[in-house]
Amino acid sequence: MSKAISALNGQRFEGAVTVKDLGPRGMITLRGDLSSAAVKKAATSVSGAEMPQAGMCTIAKDQGIAWMSPDELLVVLPYADVDGAIAKMGKTLKDTHHLLADVSDARSIIRVQGTGVRDVIAKLSPADMRPSSFAVGTMRRTRMAQVAAAFWMRDARTIDVICFRSVSEYVFGILSAAAAEGAEVYPK
Amino acid sequence: MLILTCPYCSVAADETELSAGGEAHVKRETVGADDAAFEQYLFQRENPKGIHFERWRHAAGCGKWFHAARCTNTLEVFGTYSAQTLEPPKNITDAISAARPGWTWRNFS
Amino acid sequence: MSTRLANGGRLIDRNAKVDFTLNGKRLSGFAGDTLASALLGEDQMLMGRSFKYHRPRGVVASGAEEPNALMNLGEGNTFEPNARATTTPLFGGLKAASQNHWPSLEFDVGAINKHLSRFLPAGFYYKMFIHPRPLWKHVYEPFIRRSAGLGRAPEAEARDPDTYEHFYHHTDVLIIGGGTAGLSAALTAGRAGLDVTLMEQNAEWGGRAPVDATCGGPSEIDGVSVDEWINNAIQALEKMKNVTLRTRTMGAGVYDHGYVLCYERLRDHAPELDGPRHRLWKVRAQQIITATGAIERPLSFAGNDIPGVMLASAVRDYAVNYGVSAGDRTVVVTNNDDAYRTAIAMVQAGLSVPAIVDARTMADQGLVSQARALGIEVKQGMGIAKVKGTKRVTGVALCLQAGEGAVLEEIKCDVVAMSGGWSPVVHMWSHCGGKLTWDEDGQFFRPDPDRAPTSHDGKAFVSVAGAANGHMMLGAGLADGASCAAKVVAACGKKVKAKDPVPSATDVTEAPMAPVWIMPQGANISLRAKMWLDYQNDVKVSDVQLAAQEGYESVEHTKRYTTLGMATDQGKLSNINGLAVLSGALNAPIPAVGTTTFRPPYTPISMGSIAGEAKGDIFQPMRRSPLHDWHDDNGVYWEPVGHWRRPYCYTRDGESHADAVNREVKNTRENLGLLDASTLGKIIVKGPDAGRFLDMLYTNMMSNLKVGRCRYGLMCSENGFLMDDGVVARIDEDTWLCHTTSGGADHIHQHMEEWLQTEWWDLKVYVANVTEQYGQIAVVGPNARKVLETLGGMDVSQDALSFMGWADGTLAGIDVRIFRISFSGELSYEIAVKAGQARALWDAIYKAGQGFGVMPYGTETLHVLRAEKGFIMIGDETDGTVIPQDLNLQWALSKKKEDYLGKRAHERSFMADPARWKLVGLLTTDRSVIPDGAYAVADGVNDNGQRNTQGRITSSYYSATMERGIAMALVKDGPDRMGEVLTFPKTDGTEVRAEIVDPVFYDKEGAKQNV
Repeated sequence: MSKAISALNGQRFEGAVTVKDLGPRGMITLRGDLSSAAVKKAATSVSGAEMPQAGMCTIAKDQGIAWMSPDELLVVLPYADVDGAIAKMGKTLKDTHHLLADVSDARSIIRVQGTGVRDVIAKLSPADMRPSSFAVGTMRRTRMAQVAAAFWMRDARTIDVICFRSVSEYVFGILSAAAAEGAEVYPK
Repeated sequence: MLILTCPYCSVAADETELSAGGEAHVKRETVGADDAAFEQYLFQRENPKGIHFERWRHAAGCGKWFHAARCTNTLEVFGTYSAQTLEPPKNITDAISAARPGWTWRNFS
Repeated sequence: MSTRLANGGRLIDRNAKVDFTLNGKRLSGFAGDTLASALLGEDQMLMGRSFKYHRPRGVVASGAEEPNALMNLGEGNTFEPNARATTTPLFGGLKAASQNHWPSLEFDVGAINKHLSRFLPAGFYYKMFIHPRPLWKHVYEPFIRRSAGLGRAPEAEARDPDTYEHFYHHTDVLIIGGGTAGLSAALTAGRAGLDVTLMEQNAEWGGRAPVDATCGGPSEIDGVSVDEWINNAIQALEKMKNVTLRTRTMGAGVYDHGYVLCYERLRDHAPELDGPRHRLWKVRAQQIITATGAIERPLSFAGNDIPGVMLASAVRDYAVNYGVSAGDRTVVVTNNDDAYRTAIAMVQAGLSVPAIVDARTMADQGLVSQARALGIEVKQGMGIAKVKGTKRVTGVALCLQAGEGAVLEEIKCDVVAMSGGWSPVVHMWSHCGGKLTWDEDGQFFRPDPDRAPTSHDGKAFVSVAGAANGHMMLGAGLADGASCAAKVVAACGKKVKAKDPVPSATDVTEAPMAPVWIMPQGANISLRAKMWLDYQNDVKVSDVQLAAQEGYESVEHTKRYTTLGMATDQGKLSNINGLAVLSGALNAPIPAVGTTTFRPPYTPISMGSIAGEAKGDIFQPMRRSPLHDWHDDNGVYWEPVGHWRRPYCYTRDGESHADAVNREVKNTRENLGLLDASTLGKIIVKGPDAGRFLDMLYTNMMSNLKVGRCRYGLMCSENGFLMDDGVVARIDEDTWLCHTTSGGADHIHQHMEEWLQTEWWDLKVYVANVTEQYGQIAVVGPNARKVLETLGGMDVSQDALSFMGWADGTLAGIDVRIFRISFSGELSYEIAVKAGQARALWDAIYKAGQGFGVMPYGTETLHVLRAEKGFIMIGDETDGTVIPQDLNLQWALSKKKEDYLGKRAHERSFMADPARWKLVGLLTTDRSVIPDGAYAVADGVNDNGQRNTQGRITSSYYSATMERGIAMALVKDGPDRMGEVLTFPKTDGTEVRAEIVDPVFYDKEGAKQNV
């Protein structure tokens, strides 16, 4: 089996803020009734994370769960664990109406990190990026410039952006432009 | 540039994150319907200056369809609610009545 | 002459000399200058020529309202036209060029128009160029195009090297305008703990107050100098973490639900810095305070456009802010007290003020007394009959304001400082629907607080403070700023502390201004024809009066007929004066005439800022398949398909694209072709009701498809028109995988979600769009099986994997799912593989295929192959008006199903009409390729005299297999007319003839694909 290659193949941009491809990451779409015990168990048992509240994300290190919509979760875990996790979740959900799909190769995760990370995102997304509205742990599906994307806040200096594979170069490009030296909205 | 709050994910979404889906509460007509009813379903729409009920989708967001009650003249929003209903819920019609007493829209009032 | 004074200039640094050029001439100014102040400092009063008459024009104003001093800036890639010199910061190496003249600014041939002015009245263009019609294209239009426009457009090949960006900013309170009222409001709102954003269009804070403090006052706020108070206020605001401050940032437009565009010019003053040149702030504010100040109005007297006639406020701004005198002898002409400050400033600067000409008669108090005390002569009840001079003011002739213009005396001067009173800048208030009320005392429109713009909650979201609200005095404006902010704080659910300080200043008593719209009030037509209202568009008092006389009573009509207020300054100086003249001509009060509509942006903003980051590689998203790089390395010629790039063909040395396509077609039919089909839509539909759901979505039956099998399906809209097609595979008991067209992936996914969410929400079905999870490689041709067998890993024999079957397995050690489906008529395997391994699989197949004559092929070959087989293509055979029956696809319309999307629509009378055009094949009699989209003509002509038609081409290709042109077409009664020959006229006037045939041109039995 040949090694999977992420669309951005480890690209990195050093500006006022750093933008880097996180490489292949396991991602599973789980659709179902999020209040059902089986769905909760399926998601939490393979990710080792708590169920997120609506609009939140419980991803720590490289695994966890992001709330995507009232009937959809994104389970994040190491790339190599996906097939096993899907099999395990399928068993848990045997008698529950659900859909599981491996979307690891369909998406890219790009890390944006540094002081002013909120401003980099705010150049591209209409989301309210004030700390009062977008605290650590918040997840937002939105538009970034001309494409749909989502991001969550890992810590005060780090936001992980997720986008479709085919537009990875574009998203990396707009993030890099927004993060460039000299483009700081609040220069020191 | 409207802001509508998605009733499914509670995000106060920017108009550029939404896509408009035309009039709400249109009843589907199909096989068995006469020509007039089918034409009404396919083509006839309200075009009010004032209270309107619309379908919107949180396209660059949770992807859910929802309904909005809105004034097309002042852009006042009386509320957003689930698309999975045949008529506007009472809290919405009450909010409209408080702001625009005596309003009517199709067979709602 | 205008010159740099020995002293003064609060904004310039006399130790920092800055060199620049005008029309190639080397000039210099100081850091802190605007281009306009630097030019005046170099005795360059003449800064442009007007649009229609090419009259020489000098700078009039000192800010955003400037109509005359428009310049071309930069050259080549950084060239930009129509920059206002008054708001252009000076920097070293700035290159400016004046506009709208030939051959030079000083001597302009176009100025001949001024002698024709009586032949160029209001509405001239409308009246003159209508008839005769044939002259329009070759005579009138070229003439108008040459005369039109002020600056020239950048060169077509120029590419702006600068970057731009957007910034979405959310705040509780946005304050537009950092003058004293705005600062006062910011302090109050900031102390209340709200998120406050304060934007100022200039580089400095404080607005007009610091200048006026030096010449008549008030000179103090809260017991300290105005400058010191402003510095203290900024320092206090900078300390508040909840306050964002921006200079060089203009509020451009206010829109619905608290959306505001602000235009930040980061590097216009310092092009050498890194980073974006402009930043467009897209602000969402809960509440907006516009503290945008006021603009001084000109007075309408004969010759009021001669260089040297300036706004009184501008004359003192240049002296106080930049240490520049507009001239040595300044006559002030006014209808209000404020202009006396200019006279005071001039005398303080050591310059001469021969007279203040005041149209009023009033008591000796306040500023009037101050001026008299300085020895300035005040001439009351007087007006200007006429300004003398051509390229520069040389003097004024005075008359009684109440009279008809008989000259009483003449005064030599080189500057006329005029003031017709002040108009609040109500633009931001009005953009989103705020209404105005006429203020009789101030003779201006000001915001009507009872008719404010309302937001999503039905409540007012814009408030106005200071001069913009009609409070022209410093102290009143400060108090208004604080009280306005207090109301806004309350609207945001917070409270201002009772002890919260309100800044105060002691206002100077001013006598009431007098409405003076024409000077003198009884001026005859020859004088009125020289009174300019709109300097940039050359609209005069007489033009507006003529418009009224010709029946243009609505202000909106008059505006368009005369072009009043339609220039790049959008009538900032001319609007109220024009309205007043119109109201006089109509004998109606000004408020009854009303205003024209204020539309954003307040002043023009750069196209770059609107585009933001979208340029170069990130102009728009380009979607890349997982095999994109391989194509790039192997001679690809790209075709845009939506945002995707797909290989059109792969060229080899010396090949044309047509050669390459022909080679690819033949090779795929004879050996082995590889197609990147990754862009095909792939949607999982799962659940106990998935079969029922798909039966509603597709016209044919999908619920009875067997696990392990594939079926071609059609989708119609509720209108009955074909919207998409593709192969559906049943994965397990409650899971189907729907393939869509490349363009349809997102659209069909949304279509499914829409029906599930909004109509059939009782169905237990989930869908997921997994298009980008997989690369898809079509392995096509007689050698397809052989190459897969060489790779090994799974049984791909006819027995194990028959036509229209699918199977999971591995190839070359990579997990794959293989579909035995064919869009070419050849033996064909479409192999789905995780996107991250698509390249590895492609490389393995390509390598193994070397022994089997493998070649990649592109979308054009795909098209030729499918057309040879008579397969339809969504978007070619369909255009949103075509139904399955038109394409002889009745077999795909289930008769068993009670309902499906489009079924009822197909019963509508014109859908069932037998006269609808139907799909056929066509073979040209001369073997040529018919132009795509050509129409077959029928006998007779229609009501427009055009030939009647009986069909049109939907697809047309050169078939390398058959070595001739083939086409598909929709033709009236087509299937019943086999063998008939149709005629297709071409755009070059010739015709091509083609015989109607069966649309399946190749392998009618389907033998090749099922082996």
